Amino acid sequence: MGNRYTWRTSIVEILAILLGLVFLVPFYYVFSNSLKSFAEILTNTSSLPKVLMFDNYVNAFEKLDFLIVFKNSLIITIASNIVLVIFCSMAAYMLVRTKKKISNIIFMTFVAAMIIPFQSLMIPLIKTAGNLGILNSIWGLVFMYLGFGSGMTIFLYHGFIKGIPLELEEAAIIDGCSRFGVFWRIVFPLLKPITVTIVILNSLWIWNDFLLPSLVLQDPELRTIPLATFFFFGQYTKQWDLALAALVIGIIPLLIFFFTMQKHIIQGITSGSIK
Amino acid sequence: MNNESKLDTVKGSAITKQKSTKVSESVSFMNKKKWKDAGLFTLFVGPVLLAFTLIVLIPFFTGIYYAFTDWNGITGTVKWVGLDNFKYLFSEDKQFQQSFMLTTKYTVVSIILTNVIGFGLAILVAQRLKTRNLLRTVFFMPNLIGGLILGFIWQFIFVKGFASIGELTGIPLFELAWLGDANTAFWGIVIVSLWQGAGYIMIIYIAALQNVPQELIEAARIDGANRFQILRHITMPLVAPAVTICLFLTTASSFKVFDANLSLTNGGPFKSTEMLALNIYTEAFVNNRYGIGEAKALIFFIVVAAITVLQVTISKKREVES
Repeated sequence: MGNRYTWRTSIVEILAILLGLVFLVPFYYVFSNSLKSFAEILTNTSSLPKVLMFDNYVNAFEKLDFLIVFKNSLIITIASNIVLVIFCSMAAYMLVRTKKKISNIIFMTFVAAMIIPFQSLMIPLIKTAGNLGILNSIWGLVFMYLGFGSGMTIFLYHGFIKGIPLELEEAAIIDGCSRFGVFWRIVFPLLKPITVTIVILNSLWIWNDFLLPSLVLQDPELRTIPLATFFFFGQYTKQWDLALAALVIGIIPLLIFFFTMQKHIIQGITSGSIK
Repeated sequence: MNNESKLDTVKGSAITKQKSTKVSESVSFMNKKKWKDAGLFTLFVGPVLLAFTLIVLIPFFTGIYYAFTDWNGITGTVKWVGLDNFKYLFSEDKQFQQSFMLTTKYTVVSIILTNVIGFGLAILVAQRLKTRNLLRTVFFMPNLIGGLILGFIWQFIFVKGFASIGELTGIPLFELAWLGDANTAFWGIVIVSLWQGAGYIMIIYIAALQNVPQELIEAARIDGANRFQILRHITMPLVAPAVTICLFLTTASSFKVFDANLSLTNGGPFKSTEMLALNIYTEAFVNNRYGIGEAKALIFFIVVAAITVLQVTISKKREVES
């Protein structure tokens, strides 16, 4: 752990790189085989493709209805993030600033509910959702993400808001700002670091979620990327040339998201889990 | 709206300052302020509380009720059956018992391995390597891929990739039919969860390692401690809070594993890798036995809640010690 780069460090470095390569092997297999013909996948699984077959991608793109499912995933993720950030930051703010028993009870209920596993809720949830008439609708799903994400989101905001000094708000109120104005003009901009963390954690969760959308969205037009991938595999079982290209198409949006947000994602996970 | 409330505040401060003015006026103002506060509270907390109540609280409590009924999810009539569902689960439902045991085994194995490997990776990339940022990215990347796609990727690796490596190298380990045998399929799921989970845990350990004061390590080195002693007596105790968090995260995620289980083996061969979450799902949505499914879900909740409470208690104890 010293500052010098010694022969010992270089040996560690070589071992670390080898380990990194082992971690990348699954990516290699999926990417390289997605560019091969079906026959070549069966005969030369490990080697690099002889000819690059982009046809697989064209076919998979069409069969997945990729533009539609990508649009659905995007709308659901963005809309859920917006409602979670708006309503949970407002609620957390009021729960911190109102020093009453009721605030404490409500906050503790949100936190306690975080330990309920989804599987214990899903069966009656579908019945409740049916009664509310929000099954088979993207906006119904967004509403559910607001409910399910609220515990964690309010918990993170609550901890952060406690650290914001009250004087700023008092000054604004003396200057004639309403409580609503105080929150949106003074407090909310100060929440930016934790908002970034929350958006990242919620995006990874919602984008990749399979079980909830599979229970809520029945209409093929409404499918998200994980749902489309699932049905694709059911239909084209073992047609690896198409299937692998579909997997790669499913991964690419996330890789782009990761490489543009890398620093924030790492920070987000760190602060999200240590709180 | 803004102007109105501005006026109100100005009026309010004027009245409270002149306490000697008409009492009745000030009382009516106090009532007004109280109502205004309650209104603001509802405006800020109400929307998310409504969603939370409809989506989490009501299903949770009705779910507990259904656990004691014979509800099949379709007919309107629901009959109260008392503890019959639970009796059935503990005496007759062998698949449930097997899934429960398997999930416990999987959770223990994957918690230990994920944390050991995650911590090892963190120690590795905490050193002054030229490629350390790149390596962190590489180890973390599998985490972006959701459980479902992850399972499909690894299905290909196990079926075609491993077979091909086996052919090339002749190592018998790679020539096994990984997903076709109950025992190796179990380890297959473990490998997948390690490949994905270790990088996430690594990030948390890296953050914890960075918070260990360098002066302490320098001091220990001057006193003649070797690398292992420093790790054992300085680093490890100082990262203990992170260990608690990582144990909690890995326990919660392993117990609830569903997506990867579904897409990698779908519980096969012959339901031998059907974990608890998948078992509940099948009971409810495939067999249409919602009452029994809910009873399973209730047991599942109690186990997860008990483990969480235990974790929190242990972590509190540790905080007092350090």
